[in-house]
Amino acid sequence: MKPAPFAYLRPSILEEALAALAGTQGAKVLAGGQSLVPLLSMRLAAPSMLVDINALPDLDHVTSDDDGVRVGALARHADVLASSGAAAAQPLLAMALSHVAHPTIRNRGTTVGSVVHADAAAEMPMVLRLLEGSVDVASVRGRRTVPAAELFAGPLETTLAHDEIAVEAFFPALGPGAGVAFQEIARRHGDYALVGAAAHVETDGDAVTRARVGYVSASDVPVVVDVTDAVTDPAGDPAAAALAELEPAGDIHASAAYRAHLVTVLTPRVLADATDHARRRAGERSSA
Amino acid sequence: MTTKLFGSRVPRVEDQRFLRGQGRYVDDLLHDDPRLLHAAVLRSPHAHARVVDIDVADVLDVEGVVAVWTWDDLTGPMAEPLPLLIPHPTLTHGRTQYALAKDEVNYVGEAIAFVVATDRYVAEDAVSRIRVDYEQLPPVVGIAAAREAARAVHDDVPDNVGARMVQETGDARAAIAAAPHTLTLDLDVERSACTPMEGRGTVARWDPDTSRLTVWSSTQTSTGVRGCVAAKLGLDLAKVDVVTPDVGGGFGVKINHPWPEELLVPLAAMTLGRPVKFTEDRREHFISSAHERAQQHHVEVGFDDDGRLLGLSVEFWHDHGAYTPYGLIVPIITSTQLLGPYKPQNYRVAFESLYTNTVIVTPYRGAGRPQGCFVMERTMDAIAAYLGTDRTEVRSANFIQPDEFPYEHGLVFQDGRELTYDSGDYPASLAKLKELVGWDEFEDFRAEMAAEGRRVGIGLACYVEGTGVGPYEGAHVHIETSGRVKVATGLTTQGQGHQTAFAQIVADTLGVRFEDVEITTGDTRKMPYAVGTFASRAAVMSGSAIHLAALRAKEKALRIAAEALEADESDLEIADGVVSVRGTDASIDLGTVAVLSNPLRYAFDEASKAATQFSVGDPGKPPVAEDDEPGLEGKDFYSPARSTFANGMHAVIVETDPDTAEISILKYAVVHDCGHLINPMIVEGQIHGGVAQGVGGALYERMAYDESGQLLNASFMDFLMPYVTEVPTSIDIDHLETPSPLNPLGIKGAGEAGVIPSAAVFAAAIEDAERPHHPDLAITAMPISPSELFELRLAHAAEPAAEPAAEHAAQKETR
Repeated sequence: MKPAPFAYLRPSILEEALAALAGTQGAKVLAGGQSLVPLLSMRLAAPSMLVDINALPDLDHVTSDDDGVRVGALARHADVLASSGAAAAQPLLAMALSHVAHPTIRNRGTTVGSVVHADAAAEMPMVLRLLEGSVDVASVRGRRTVPAAELFAGPLETTLAHDEIAVEAFFPALGPGAGVAFQEIARRHGDYALVGAAAHVETDGDAVTRARVGYVSASDVPVVVDVTDAVTDPAGDPAAAALAELEPAGDIHASAAYRAHLVTVLTPRVLADATDHARRRAGERSSA
Repeated sequence: MTTKLFGSRVPRVEDQRFLRGQGRYVDDLLHDDPRLLHAAVLRSPHAHARVVDIDVADVLDVEGVVAVWTWDDLTGPMAEPLPLLIPHPTLTHGRTQYALAKDEVNYVGEAIAFVVATDRYVAEDAVSRIRVDYEQLPPVVGIAAAREAARAVHDDVPDNVGARMVQETGDARAAIAAAPHTLTLDLDVERSACTPMEGRGTVARWDPDTSRLTVWSSTQTSTGVRGCVAAKLGLDLAKVDVVTPDVGGGFGVKINHPWPEELLVPLAAMTLGRPVKFTEDRREHFISSAHERAQQHHVEVGFDDDGRLLGLSVEFWHDHGAYTPYGLIVPIITSTQLLGPYKPQNYRVAFESLYTNTVIVTPYRGAGRPQGCFVMERTMDAIAAYLGTDRTEVRSANFIQPDEFPYEHGLVFQDGRELTYDSGDYPASLAKLKELVGWDEFEDFRAEMAAEGRRVGIGLACYVEGTGVGPYEGAHVHIETSGRVKVATGLTTQGQGHQTAFAQIVADTLGVRFEDVEITTGDTRKMPYAVGTFASRAAVMSGSAIHLAALRAKEKALRIAAEALEADESDLEIADGVVSVRGTDASIDLGTVAVLSNPLRYAFDEASKAATQFSVGDPGKPPVAEDDEPGLEGKDFYSPARSTFANGMHAVIVETDPDTAEISILKYAVVHDCGHLINPMIVEGQIHGGVAQGVGGALYERMAYDESGQLLNASFMDFLMPYVTEVPTSIDIDHLETPSPLNPLGIKGAGEAGVIPSAAVFAAAIEDAERPHHPDLAITAMPISPSELFELRLAHAAEPAAEPAAEHAAQKETR
């Protein structure tokens, strides 16, 4: 379990990193390394060069304002989890991050790295999609913003070019009258979820005006399903509506049928929690 | 014996070192030696293939590569198959692998080529450049495929059966046919493995000046490794030293030997003239060290109205993997130890030990007993359900009674000796367990939980464990002139706290301070005669040997002291290292006695001045008497006629989630009887660890092979060893002490006990939780995951107004 030989670059300015990525076939970005390093050690990945971005300046920020939370490429999961501003602006971040692995992994792993690793079993790619956030990416060609809806191309695959670095993720703030919830079922504390679900519900008074649920490990990409119709229809079945959009698969930890069953268990739970959350927030606002 | 430390909770002297990172494991050795070379192994990517050609040409260009070997490079005994360590008359078709594969590979992970390089990175780079032409053969994966024998692992064993063995007392089949009630059960257990924190590892150094080979290996038997290395490398035994430093856990896997690397590393060190190290990595451990547990069982049982066993017939199929280096130990233990504390009047057991194209099987903590316990205890539960009686009553009806010891089963145990239990009090143990877990109050608790919509269940399981198997262990006790006591015993230590427990025995037996005792284990230079640490035998075997050796040293100390003090030996006592005459001020410390024991010609310090031949002894007699030796030492061996049998009972209360089928543990209770306790804290630590490992085996861990023989979960990401968050937050433990009459300390082994009843006890409790909702649901296969429990629920849809069924209808279910 020793990596194959690779070149190693630890640039101190972003431009140098971008140039190296652009100029080197098979180069990979190293940030927190919590997914990449095990792959290297097991020789499941053999990049020609690692561009270690840990020495780059001004990328470790977690900033929050009324619009939302901006997370730099070197902000660790633990930094985001510890940010009270982030928790206030978008409570779903902390709800989901507490399920991301273990403290030692959260201390090194980066939220942006997790997002662009695009693992359908990981929490943060789905959270970005559910919140309709975006990722800012840089390359020698300049910067662009990629909306979450356009980010995920397939299993462990994004639409980013090989020479682009995701420098920041943007998670929009939770709007007034909106609520969120997260639940997951894992084999062991901190494992990838067998199935996880997060709900985002918008309300107007007692009425739900929009309801969406994002799923972890229920398809081979992060999937968000709009279940507004199923929620607002008294005869509607949001879990059935969701399952129509999902393709849960079986593996050594869970059968496909069990994963589908967990979708039906978790969907009403997170919708109820998120609706409660929305109403609680509305109540707090009106009493304030 | 006068007991002071024996039986008390002496803190482990090892812990300071281990917890501060000062343990020294094989991989720590020689790490700053610039001449040290590192080995890596090319392993088969296929479960079954012919090796047509191996091309190492690309490797020779890699800078830093020192050697690359395939089977063609091996000569003499090294080119022969590895030893079949434990032959047995019924193992008619035993096969072992070669140190490096010859012509054929039979599991993913089998060693094919061995590379030595300046560091492990280079060695792995080189391994990746070796090109092998394989002709793939159809693999045999799993017991069903092995039994079907549509294809064979070994061409010359077409039915895949390595051994068939039958043992019987009475006429079980006739008794079953005549019994008023009968049941049949089919019960499966899947593969798992020990997965110690430290994998395998070997370092070797050849000293050309003295022509001596030193091997450090992470093993459970340094004397075993020494014998194998000497035999395979063609060296005199006296030229080979094997030293076992700190070992980061064994749990059985390191009793198998020699591993290919355990021979190739010393051979490389001799051939290349430089020290060589092999440190197994985690993936290698999963695919090239040993597994265990996989067995399928078919049970037929006949019983009377009280649930008393009239006849029990068990047939089972044991998956031993691709080769049989460790013989039939695991299935023989299952066949004999599944009887537990019970006495079926007629018993027949038959097994087939089967080849599959998967990793070899050797004992893993419990060694066949978890499967046997699962079989017997599921049978007891099924009888209770059938009769509609309490599960503890059926067990009580079958217990061997306290006045029946020694109890002869009329079977032959794994050590080739009669299966005879030495002592125990099973009714007393059960009474303690019922109290500890709240057995009689459980139905109230169930009703309380049911009112909240929660499902809870309770299960119990009993086991008897043959511990302290022979043939022998020895000890050497040396009282130095400083008064310090150096003790050597040859078996190895893997973190069990031997330094502490053995020192307690020595301190009490000799009458010295605990701090003055230093224990050495697993060093063939200090104690060349030894067997090893397995089968819960270290305390019984080496503990007894150390006690006997200390008694010999004490005997000599008293004799010399009596002379020096001009007193009668019977008036002497030893305490805190000082021999004194009872009721007087006259005394002499043991260090001085040691000085007197060794008459010297030369004085090199104050102590030796007192021991020169001018100072001591009667000038008219030889300085060392005819039947005496110089020095204050004692050496002895302990070799019992048969094993001693510890026992225990576990109970667990679980909760199953009605929606997600998740399984959680609410209470875990253990009653344990290993005779006299040397150190209750260490025994309880063994139980805690065993229960944790048992939770893993019952609810989380399994080896997931696909049909092509690839192990799908060869990492700790997918092989689900439980975290601290998955094991019970507390384990309630009570002890019963029925001393063994077989050894001077009255002790029995405790190392494996915690893991034995896990599969049985969890299956029982989960089934019990589900029964009110799914009356036909039976847990017949372990481990079990939430996903599998969900599938079981689907297969046994609830019946309206479900009540626990008196009639147990689902015994023929398999899943």
